[in-house]
Amino acid sequence: MTDTKKELQKKEASLEKGVERTRETRVYTPAVDIIEKSNDIVILADMPGVDENSVDVTLEKDLLTIYGKIEPEIPANHKLVISEYGIGDYQRTFTLSSEIDKAHIQATVSDGVLRLVLPKAEKEKTRKIPVTAHA
Amino acid sequence: MTTTYLERLLDPWREFDRMTRLVNRTDSYGSSEYPAVNVWVNGDNAVITTEIPGIDRNTIDISVSGNTVSLSGSRPAEETKEEQSYHRHELWHGKFSKTVKLPFNIDADKVNATYRNGVLQISLPQLEADKPRKININ
Repeated sequence: MTDTKKELQKKEASLEKGVERTRETRVYTPAVDIIEKSNDIVILADMPGVDENSVDVTLEKDLLTIYGKIEPEIPANHKLVISEYGIGDYQRTFTLSSEIDKAHIQATVSDGVLRLVLPKAEKEKTRKIPVTAHA
Repeated sequence: MTTTYLERLLDPWREFDRMTRLVNRTDSYGSSEYPAVNVWVNGDNAVITTEIPGIDRNTIDISVSGNTVSLSGSRPAEETKEEQSYHRHELWHGKFSKTVKLPFNIDADKVNATYRNGVLQISLPQLEADKPRKININ
């Protein structure tokens, strides 16, 4: 039971040393799936509340950072009586290896899930070597 | 915020919160904990919000009975035929169901739900017949 509970809690992102936030909000680390397929690597990140205008994907050298900005939707004149989850921005950084074709990264967001498709560089794709019989 | 003893005693939400904790403690096994919900109130209206990203809205089932709201749905895993391997597998998949009890009976005809960017919001007004009424003395 404790395990299930732990997984359901959103994880707050830890700050790097010497870095201060300028926005007064909590920042969570979104849960992700990283799936390697034959031609690309797919990253799926759960970022409920973000849409295509509030999520930023930046690539600096080998660091790919996703940042989702949340404008909390608080029902007008309502008081929060039960709070099982917190609301805040999302941030997570990934280190890309050289095998990614950085010019062709695609990002889409749907129902609060960010989907990044990182194509593998041509030379890294698995190739099947045909074997021919020696005549 | 300071509250007097009397105010705490009279606050039905306090008792409601305590009850919810008790209920959740006994049926928190399996998937019944997911999804986490926030409950907002304003007098005779309650709003439940929950983060359930990546779910087809047609598979979300909301049912209301008396003072109880039940949510259920499922999130299928990413399916593909091509060969793939997971480097990270943190996203939640599977079926969920969750029950939330409110301290009043809900007017099922006026319940309104929206699902936007992975956040489900359900507005639940109190049943008119249940509201306190002022009785005039003839």
